[in-house]
Formats: sequence, structure tokens, C-alpha cells
Amino acid sequence: MSKEKEMTAGKVFFNGLIKENPTFVLMLGMCPTLAVTTSAINGFGMGMTTMVVLTMSNIIISMLRGIIPDKVRIPAFIVIIASFVTIVGQFLEAYIPALNDALGMFIPLIVVNCIILGRAEAFASKNNFILSMFDGLGMGLGFTVALTCIGLVRELLGAHKIFGISFAELAAMIGAGEGVTGWLQSQSPIAIFVMAPGAFFVLAALTAIQNVVRSKKEQRGEKTKIQSGCSHDCMNCGDSACEHRFYDPDGKDCAVGR
Amino acid sequence: MGETLRELLIIAIGSALVSNVVLSQFYGLCPFLGVSKQLKTASGMGIAVIFVITLASLVSGAIYQFILQRFHIEYLRTIVFILVIAALVQFVEMFLKKKIPALYQSLGVFLPLITTNCAVLGTALTNVQKEYNILYGVVNGFATAGGFAIAICILAGIREKMQYNDIPKPFQGMPIVLVTAGLMAIAFCGFSGLL
Repeated sequence: MSKEKEMTAGKVFFNGLIKENPTFVLMLGMCPTLAVTTSAINGFGMGMTTMVVLTMSNIIISMLRGIIPDKVRIPAFIVIIASFVTIVGQFLEAYIPALNDALGMFIPLIVVNCIILGRAEAFASKNNFILSMFDGLGMGLGFTVALTCIGLVRELLGAHKIFGISFAELAAMIGAGEGVTGWLQSQSPIAIFVMAPGAFFVLAALTAIQNVVRSKKEQRGEKTKIQSGCSHDCMNCGDSACEHRFYDPDGKDCAVGR
Repeated sequence: MGETLRELLIIAIGSALVSNVVLSQFYGLCPFLGVSKQLKTASGMGIAVIFVITLASLVSGAIYQFILQRFHIEYLRTIVFILVIAALVQFVEMFLKKKIPALYQSLGVFLPLITTNCAVLGTALTNVQKEYNILYGVVNGFATAGGFAIAICILAGIREKMQYNDIPKPFQGMPIVLVTAGLMAIAFCGFSGLL
């Protein structure tokens, strides 16, 4: 019995981490993804902060799912999420001020991150708190991995650094000769990748890869539609595979599940 | 008076062009990418965002100054602002539906979609962070939203033209839109010399 439960929890965890990765597959929460990934460390910090908020709010929302009336569930979820965001924000301000400064406005803006409200709506309001906790951990970790990877790419191309250590320092560390270090120092990085436009280009490349993977899957006849993660609010849904996604000029705005 | 006007103008240009809300701050990307397929809907969205952000700046600024600061509960601003914005949007929607149906026809469909748009909350919080008073906050909100409207209209115009282009298959759909947005961001970098 308990083993079976653990199995499911593990499945839920890896579902969030890989199969339905919030950034690479569901394409949720694009604003922080683009804004804070100027370096791998910033991306990692943002991911971890989001993971903590997501896990906590998932736990509380799943525990309260029988109590919150259906009609006021969205405001209730927002209050719960906003409370955790405030707590985490205060914590960061007190103990990790450097990260707090680097992430800036995007810490309070976790409130409107669609991953969190999306998971609350799609998962935590329907499942028990153990599963919801693992869903939060998996999704949060998936987000962290994605943000760290994007940050790493932008840092590599845009500043010739890996986790804040420059190539030349790295070469000196592993004992490369004077020539190699000097040559690395003389190379100028593609600075645009750490600037705002670079974020768009990296994300464009990412979605292009995703498109290729999806069309390959379709050719093999596999199912490509993602079931969960689609909340009612299309405007904050990044799932570019969703056919109802765009605003319909005939007066009916997009209506998933309606 | 002249000094205030000058400061306000600098804030307005800075928020609308130099640090454009979507292209350099990355607030409100979802509607920027999602509703920019046609110029008509994009301009509707732009106007609705101007309306909501200006109003939200006014209300959140007033609440911050007269309630939160007075009782020294500034740390509650995230919770208070998001609830106020959500309630405000609902209220505006009801008001327009009842009193100004013509405006509701053109803006109404966008309003519920704006509630959880991070540009609205982001602007309200920026106003507080930069310690703007209510007037400065409203001007900043209006200019920020104006920058959003400019950006979304340009993108929609380009996307309408791009519809008939022969785009490589992997880049069809969202990727080419992101590349376009990236090029626009480069163009907007040019404004940084303005101030």
C-alpha cells in the first residue's frame, strides 16, 4: 500500500522534472525565465525560490481543497501564494541579500507566475498533499534545471563565464599555459546574449528545438498533446501547442475546457 | 512646477521607450506573444492595458500611501496589490458593461485576461520601490503601459506581414515571433542614449 503510494509520488516528481518540464515542455512562466537568466547562478536562485513557494502553496492548497468553496478558489489560491511569496521574499532579503538584489522585482512577481497558479488549479486542488508536494518539488526542480541551463548558455556566450568564473580563470585553474590564458582573455564575448535581446534569441532556439521534437513525435504517431498544466486562463498559458491559445477575433476569447 | 514637469517627462520617456516594459524588463510577455497575431486585437489589448495599469497605479499608490504606510505594514504590499488589482479589474468590467457598453464591446474581452498579467503588478511594485508619489506613479504607469501598447502594435504589424513568408519549418509559430521580438529589443536598445 505504502509502496504503491511512493511509486506514484516518484512518478509525479519525475513527471514535473522531465516529462512535463514547466519551461521546456509546458512553456509556462516565461517572464522570469527570460528576465533573470543573465547568469546560471541567478537562474538557479530564481528556480529554487519558485520551487519553495510552489511546494509550500501546493501543500497548503491541497490540504484546504475540501474547505475552499469552488467559486472563490482563485482568489483564495492567490492569497495563499502571495503569503508564501512575502515570507520567502523577507527571508531572502534578510539572509541572501545579493540574490535578492539580483532578482529584484521578480521575487514578488512569483505571485503571478503561471506555473504556480496553474499547478494549484491543475494538480493541488485535485490531489492529496503528499502527491501535491512531490508535484511542487518536481515542477520546481524542473523549472530550476531549465533556468540554470538557459542561464548557463547565456553566460557562456555572452560573458565567457561558467557559474561566474571566466574562461581565463578556469584555464589558469586547470594549469593551462600562459598562451591559452592570454588567448582566452583576448576573445571578446557576444555581449548581446546577456542583454535583453539575447534572451529572446535563446528562447527562440529552444522553442524551435521543441517544434522539431514534437513534429518527430507526431510522425511516429505519438500523442503530443499535454494534458495537465492547462488552466483556464489562456493569456498566461505558454503552451504554444494549445490550439485554443490565441484570442479569437469573433468575440469569443479562448476557452479551454469551457 | 517646471522642474516637476521635466522630471515627469524623463520618467515617461524612460518607462515607455528606454526601459520598455516587455522588450527590456520582460513584464507581460504572455499577452505580448499571445495576442499579437492581428493588429486590431493587439491595439485593443494595448488600450485595455493602458487603462488598467494607469488605474491600478492610481489605486495602489493611494492604498500604499494612505493605508500601508500609515499603519507600517508595507511588507504586505504584494498581497494587498494583487487582490486590489484583481478586484479593480472585476469592478471595471462590471462598470463598463453596465454604463459604457460601447467601450465594453472593444475592451471587455481583454479585461479578465489582464488580472494576472505581471506588468500590472510589476508597475505597481516599481512605483513603490522607486518611492514615487501618486502623481509620479500614475504618469509612470501610463507611460509603461504606453510602451507596452507601442511594442505589441509593432509586433502585430510585423506578424501580419510575416504571415506569407516562407519560414523554415522548425521556426514556424512561436520561434519566429521570438526572433522578431529579439530584433525589436535590439532596436529599442538604441533608445538608451535618449536620456
